[in-house]
Amino acid sequence: MIKDGKQKIWADYQKEIPDDHWYYVRSCIRQNFFPASEKMFLEITRNVLGKDIYETPHHTTCGGIAYHADTIPQETAMTMIARQFALMTEAGYENYCPSCITSFGNYVETLETWREFPELEAKIRENLWKACKREFNKPKYLAHTSDLIYHWRDEIRKKAKHLLINKETGEPLRIVEHIGCHYSKMFPHKGVGGAEYPYVLAGMVESWGGQVIDYPERRHCCGFGFRQYLVKANRGYSVSNTHKKFESMEPYKPDAIITNCPGCPYFLDRWQYVIAEQTGKTYGENGYGIPVFTYEEIAGLVLGYDPWDLGLQLHQVAVEPLLNKMGVEYDPKAKYLGLNKEDLMRPEMPNSIKCC
Amino acid sequence: MKQNIVIIGGGIAGLEAAKQIHNLGYQTFLVEKSDHLGGHVASWHRLFPDMIATKPLIKDMISAIKGVTVFLETQVNDVEGVREGYRLSLSNGINITAQAVLVASGFQLFEAQRKEEYGYGIYDHVITNADLEAWMNGNKDQRIPAAPKAIGFVHCVGSRDLKAGNSQCSKVCCMTAIKQAIEMKERFPNAEVYCFYMDLRLFGKKYEDFYINAQRDFGIHFVRGRVSEVSETIDGRLQVKAEDTLIGRPLKVQLDTLVLMSGMCCNPLIQKLAEQARLEIDSDGFLKSRDNITNIIESGREGIFFAGACTGTKTVPETVAEARAAALSIHNYLLQND
Repeated sequence: MIKDGKQKIWADYQKEIPDDHWYYVRSCIRQNFFPASEKMFLEITRNVLGKDIYETPHHTTCGGIAYHADTIPQETAMTMIARQFALMTEAGYENYCPSCITSFGNYVETLETWREFPELEAKIRENLWKACKREFNKPKYLAHTSDLIYHWRDEIRKKAKHLLINKETGEPLRIVEHIGCHYSKMFPHKGVGGAEYPYVLAGMVESWGGQVIDYPERRHCCGFGFRQYLVKANRGYSVSNTHKKFESMEPYKPDAIITNCPGCPYFLDRWQYVIAEQTGKTYGENGYGIPVFTYEEIAGLVLGYDPWDLGLQLHQVAVEPLLNKMGVEYDPKAKYLGLNKEDLMRPEMPNSIKCC
Repeated sequence: MKQNIVIIGGGIAGLEAAKQIHNLGYQTFLVEKSDHLGGHVASWHRLFPDMIATKPLIKDMISAIKGVTVFLETQVNDVEGVREGYRLSLSNGINITAQAVLVASGFQLFEAQRKEEYGYGIYDHVITNADLEAWMNGNKDQRIPAAPKAIGFVHCVGSRDLKAGNSQCSKVCCMTAIKQAIEMKERFPNAEVYCFYMDLRLFGKKYEDFYINAQRDFGIHFVRGRVSEVSETIDGRLQVKAEDTLIGRPLKVQLDTLVLMSGMCCNPLIQKLAEQARLEIDSDGFLKSRDNITNIIESGREGIFFAGACTGTKTVPETVAEARAAALSIHNYLLQND
């Protein structure tokens, strides 16, 4: 591997990311899958870094799941996106950051389509006006929220309480970075680092002391693939794709996986249990799986937040092996206590994959 | 007084034309931007279809231009139309008034790192066709293992590729890939050799024979499908994914070396020359000929002629033939204007 070659590519795919004043929109599904990630993004950006991040409860889905599942036409998705932009305009913002990778891809695709076909943009403006009497400006800057954490990665490093370094050995932890397909595969110049060797998560890992693993199936889909999972009959494709990735990364003995997409951490996490049930195989050490995190969760651990406040107890694969390596303090007895210390009860533990 | 002819470019087109023009009795100047003559061909090892060694060929071509004034490491700074023809200002400070100018500025190899998915400059064992020829010429290259078990060739790297900004077929890459595949199989008989192609465009003398030999006598695997991505395995080999479109299945192989057949692109310097000499650029990005049937060696401007790959992708024999034709056309032009 020639690191200089990657650095040349990374230099070609940098994007301008304003340092402040962002209009934030949530993902449809992340709060269910990894409930503290979006909360942690707002906590870190607003309260730790002191940034102005605006959010309104009036925003809706971007239509991305329906669009990629072939259940709504593109014009419908575009009109929903136009409404999102109208809310941003009404709030007085011009920098737009979605939490969801598929949303980010949809926004980029929409803006690029309007640039190529202005008549379509005019039609969508008309649709929006007819539907809800709103008008909008297009965002001046569009970034995924992982772009923002990447942008502020060194500020986070300066405030770090724990690094991605093995506390016992002093060696960098070995981290697999997995980028959501809709981040830059469609429009490489819109992502940090491009499509083939994205740098957005790798940059965070490097800044926080870890070592990025480049393994043969790095670019491969996590397994979600929308119709691979949403169409029930296709779910075998979903789990087989995930299985392919784990077989490929296994020889590198990764300590953790970092992701920036709503679906990817879910499928890389949950399917490890299914693979263990089906094949009896686990990919972590001593019968554990490889813990999977969102970039906000990793940032939260680096900054010293309590892992249970980060919602890590809701992962299928136990996160404790990574917490122990990083030297993160945690109370095992508090794992399943709610915010008010109410007992949330224990989930049933599988036999096929070791959980704490 | 002898009439002056300036030839821009010291590749095989420039060399051949210089020999012919000099032999016709003209004062001939050859301007070459690099520090040596012979162009791309000079760095090649052997040429198809008869596997002629390149070094003696170029040596003979250079020795045949005694009497020609050669300026190496020199570029044309300006071209000005004057009553006698054209006045060329060279980067070495010399000005020449020429009665005719021959542009033989050749092509540029596609920069393989632009096809990021193939990992040139990223993965340790990805090389280009030019790198392989340099290695065959004796240059050391750690990217080629001592005893490879499997070698792949990717055709059409940057050719016939709209996303790469080069829609033209490079003409010679298919045949070069087959030549190089055979050469590697000769050196490493136990290695499996794969050629990934989208179409095989083998139109020249004995080319089809080469293709048949490659399959029948050397057991080279021809896979009709584009390579989608290349990655590196933990033991430093290459994992290559492609689609075999003839059987309709995806394919994944591990290789020790992957050779990218970088295609021909127009030389970026011709843009500047075209502006200086007020020459037209054709829709394919190469210099525009008076027409592409009977006057491909003539520009739209009187007294300026073309030879070789400055007007499009060419084989070596085509280039040499054009150079001779251009020399004769210049001679006829000057006779008419005498």
